[in-house]
Amino acid sequence: MIDLVWLIPLFPAVGFLFNGLIGKWLDLDKRVVGSVACTALGLSFLFSILIFFSLLKLPPEARAAVPDKVLFDWIVSGDFKTVIGYKVDPLSIVMALVVSGVSFFIHVYSVGYMHDDPGFTRYFAYLNLFVFMMLTLVLANNFLLMFVGWEGVGLCSYLLIGFWFERDAPANAGKKAFVVNRVGDFGFLLGIFLIFAHLGTVGFNEVFAKAPSLDTATVTLITLMLFVGAAGKSAQIPLYVWLPDAMEGPTPVSSLIHAATMVTSGVYMIARCHLLYSMAPISMAVVAIVGAATALYAASMGLLQFDIKRVLAYSTISQLGYMFLAVGVGAFSAGIFHLMTHAFFKGLLFLGAGSVMHAMSGELDMRKMGGIWKRVPITFLTFLVATLAIAGIPGFSGFFSKDEILWQAFSSNHGHLYLWVVGAVAAGMTAFYMFRLLFVTFLGPCRASEEVKKHIHESPPIMTIPLMVLALLSVIGGYVGIPHILGGRNFFHEFLAPVLGGAPQGTEHAAFSLVRPVFASGGAAVGEGVNMELLLMGVSVAVAIIGICIAFYLYIWKTEVPKRLGERFKTIYTIVFNKYYVDEIYEVCFVNSTKKLGTFLWRRFDDGVVDRSVNLVAELMAWLGSVLRRIQTGYVQSYALGIILGAVIIIIFLIR
Amino acid sequence: MELFQVQVTMTDLLVIAPELALTGFALVILLMSAFARPERRGFLGYTALLGVVAAMVSLYWGIGVEASAFGGMVRIDPLSFFFKAMILLICLLIVLVSLGYAKREGIGFGEYYVLILFAAVGMMLMASGVNLLIIFLGLEVMSISIYILAGIMRDDTRSVEAAFKYFLLGAFASAFLLYGIALIYASTGTLDLAGIGRVLAEQSWISGRPILITGVALLTVGFGFKLALVPFHMWTPDVYEGAPTSITAFMATGVKAAGFAAFVRVFFYALPSLQAHWTQIMWILAVATMTVGNIIALSQSNIKRMLAYSSIAHAGYILVAFVAGNELGISGILFYLLAYVFMNIGAFTVVILLGKKGEENTLIGDYAGIGYHHPLLALAMAVFMFSLAGVPPTAGFMAKFYVFSAAVKADYYWLAVIGVLNSAVAAYYYLRVLIYMYFREPEREQAIGGFSPAAVLAIIISVWGVLQMGILPSAFLALARQSIQFLL
Repeated sequence: MIDLVWLIPLFPAVGFLFNGLIGKWLDLDKRVVGSVACTALGLSFLFSILIFFSLLKLPPEARAAVPDKVLFDWIVSGDFKTVIGYKVDPLSIVMALVVSGVSFFIHVYSVGYMHDDPGFTRYFAYLNLFVFMMLTLVLANNFLLMFVGWEGVGLCSYLLIGFWFERDAPANAGKKAFVVNRVGDFGFLLGIFLIFAHLGTVGFNEVFAKAPSLDTATVTLITLMLFVGAAGKSAQIPLYVWLPDAMEGPTPVSSLIHAATMVTSGVYMIARCHLLYSMAPISMAVVAIVGAATALYAASMGLLQFDIKRVLAYSTISQLGYMFLAVGVGAFSAGIFHLMTHAFFKGLLFLGAGSVMHAMSGELDMRKMGGIWKRVPITFLTFLVATLAIAGIPGFSGFFSKDEILWQAFSSNHGHLYLWVVGAVAAGMTAFYMFRLLFVTFLGPCRASEEVKKHIHESPPIMTIPLMVLALLSVIGGYVGIPHILGGRNFFHEFLAPVLGGAPQGTEHAAFSLVRPVFASGGAAVGEGVNMELLLMGVSVAVAIIGICIAFYLYIWKTEVPKRLGERFKTIYTIVFNKYYVDEIYEVCFVNSTKKLGTFLWRRFDDGVVDRSVNLVAELMAWLGSVLRRIQTGYVQSYALGIILGAVIIIIFLIR
Repeated sequence: MELFQVQVTMTDLLVIAPELALTGFALVILLMSAFARPERRGFLGYTALLGVVAAMVSLYWGIGVEASAFGGMVRIDPLSFFFKAMILLICLLIVLVSLGYAKREGIGFGEYYVLILFAAVGMMLMASGVNLLIIFLGLEVMSISIYILAGIMRDDTRSVEAAFKYFLLGAFASAFLLYGIALIYASTGTLDLAGIGRVLAEQSWISGRPILITGVALLTVGFGFKLALVPFHMWTPDVYEGAPTSITAFMATGVKAAGFAAFVRVFFYALPSLQAHWTQIMWILAVATMTVGNIIALSQSNIKRMLAYSSIAHAGYILVAFVAGNELGISGILFYLLAYVFMNIGAFTVVILLGKKGEENTLIGDYAGIGYHHPLLALAMAVFMFSLAGVPPTAGFMAKFYVFSAAVKADYYWLAVIGVLNSAVAAYYYLRVLIYMYFREPEREQAIGGFSPAAVLAIIISVWGVLQMGILPSAFLALARQSIQFLL
């Protein structure tokens, strides 16, 4: 069964070829196109489940040692050999399950959402291609094939952000995403080159087996380069700017690519390379700090946005920050755990936003909504579930995963009190802006125009069923990883342990001695990890609830307050509302200067130097040709003379 | 009286079986054409095709055989096997192309095919001869057939002029070759290549024998003429332009292949101990041939003339490998020639298909816009032009790659640099054809004259060869390596 892993990416590839080539050509019916695309994903999902269970049957230590399924040699050149091969282990199968599962439901949802779009066939072809590339990325058994998937999902992201390319904004957003990702990919490539240069191979098994021979400086450089790639793809500081703009794409695309799957591939990549990262404490620290900073920074930008998809986009960046915080402190399985639960609830949030747009005639500004919960009950309820999950309310999936991250950020060997503080504050902000979004969109008085009001309606079942399924997953998804402290077994962690190793345990270390006096002065009997964990859990839940309460106060109870606050703190408000002017700064620093450099090189160097010298050579050659052809007189005598002269020269030259 | 006792054994016949097959079929065609009514001579071409196939089969039977025959005059070994196979491939393609062309141009009489087959016999003797006399005989059999073929369009003054020029200069150059052979015999006392090699290896001849050196020089002139090396190249454009296009393709590929076969065998088999001497002169010839060929090609407006200069330049590239003289170099010569066969015959076939009776349409302006009127034909032409220019993933690129890397490996950096610069210059005139085909409006209506299925088959084979050798070259290179292993 495990040998059939290559079928998982094959199905969407076939779907892509079918819809992309034949579908377009034959102008197939939408039902055919949609069913082919969904069936392809369904089969992928089915095979992922089957392989997951076959893997589960193996003893835990054998699960990480399943031999790679090598399809064929890809590049063979001298000593270098790369294969097209797939790796099945707990980590990749979890990713395959999440990707194919969430993709499947989003495909189904898309059939309803995109129903009236003229580019229906093209949309599903791209979407299938995306899933194929994403599955290639997560199942690849070497860096090079992973990079193919990495670039492939980037391409699909570009194509789907710019899906409505006839309008300027999506086309530009697609371009921006592509260019910013290029920066990250450059780092990733350098990382792969470094690995190859030092180890002579790019296969995961070989690289990780040989890795201990590397010195710390090299590993640090490699891992930092890989992290640059991850930061680009997963929208971390400073390469996050493309993700908010990417919301110009169709909403299911935002849900699938820019929330649930593609943007998490950076986290997956780091988890995959955890052996390398474990050897490079500096890189770990960089990852953790960038992750924590992004979590806080993006959350702060989410506080004031009015475009519901943009709020969700900043929220995604922020949640990705959490995942990087997790892997940065060495809690790799916690990062993957949050990746999974986030895929459920954030995918759901975007689909819910899509459903709201569907109801509100395409409106995205939450100021023009409100009070619609009765008209779209399923959307509202599922949205509420997802919001509770992301806010980290106990009992929902986000609570388990986020809390594990926060605990590890504090307690792991690589953790630090400040990392926890930043994470907790960001958690409070998350709860606030998510409930602000919920309150303003669904509750309160309706501020939509009369025309729009008339058409508010719940989405068809083909859209609401995926919502309900994902809502269910957003609740129960967390129960596979109940921490020991709450009496759980943390099955998820156990399952990943053969690959990712035991997560750093909450042992006594510097952070404790630093923090003990603080809590000790509160009189609590702390010092034991267990109590500490419970305490921190309580604190983070409390922070989340405070966030919710503030949102309630500002947007339900005293709705005039936000405006007053905005006027009082006008400077800060403007800066944050304008996203810290980062886009503008980038525009000035990088975009414009690059353009200027380009113009300079074009006019001065290319036109002036290169072209001119090339033309000069060409003219010289043409002149020479017209001179030399005059030797060609057409007279046999002169030809014979040429032969004799040549003979004489050769004889003289040889005899001398 | 022993001298006159000739004993022919089965081995002897087996070794020259392909030649025998070709000769037999040629004689049959000659007979048939004498008795067939003029309007029913179409099948003569198919008979010739059958003859080539028969020769191929008999060559195939001899795979792996390594033997000398006729008292050590000819030899079948991997090198001659490779060249014989290549010559038969050329012959096959040329006959395929000719089926339609000869009919269109009214040269459908039997002698045309007979002479092609005889020329091929001569070429194969050059490839398998291990005695200077046999090589000379092969060369003459080939040359005389080609002289006639070049002038076979008796009503066309240019064709006749081409034949006459070729004949005069060819006779002139043959004299050089023969004189060179005589001088070598005078100084070594043998005509047998292995024997010459032994004599030279035993004694220190270096600069001691001006006679020998002069012989080698004259030999170089003789071969240089057939290979159209600068400065022995001047007949080439006139003859290539005037001859029937199918024969031009035959000359550009077959004569060169046979010439290089003999050239390689004589220089690496009999004269390796003088390598230090002749590589210098080859270096100069290579540079002159590449550069002059390419630069004059720049200013040509007639495609056949342009291809003539291009074939001069390609001989120069092959000489680069010759100079390198290492394993990759010699196998590179073989690889290059095979690649050249595909791309050159392909290009000439397209030229043929675009012409009509009495209207050759070989000016570059005639190619304007055919990319839209004949997209597939233009695509094939584009493949051949890219390959001739040396653009990946075509055979021409891999061939140049092997040749230049051989030069680099042998520390001839400058030669490689000059070669690469030359390829850059050459790209201009090859790509110009593409520009005319795809970016210019046609000046007048173009209709294809004789669109024969056989010629299309030849194009398909050529395209396949160009792409196969360009994308998966290793099998071909391995074959070429195997063929020259015994020389090293």
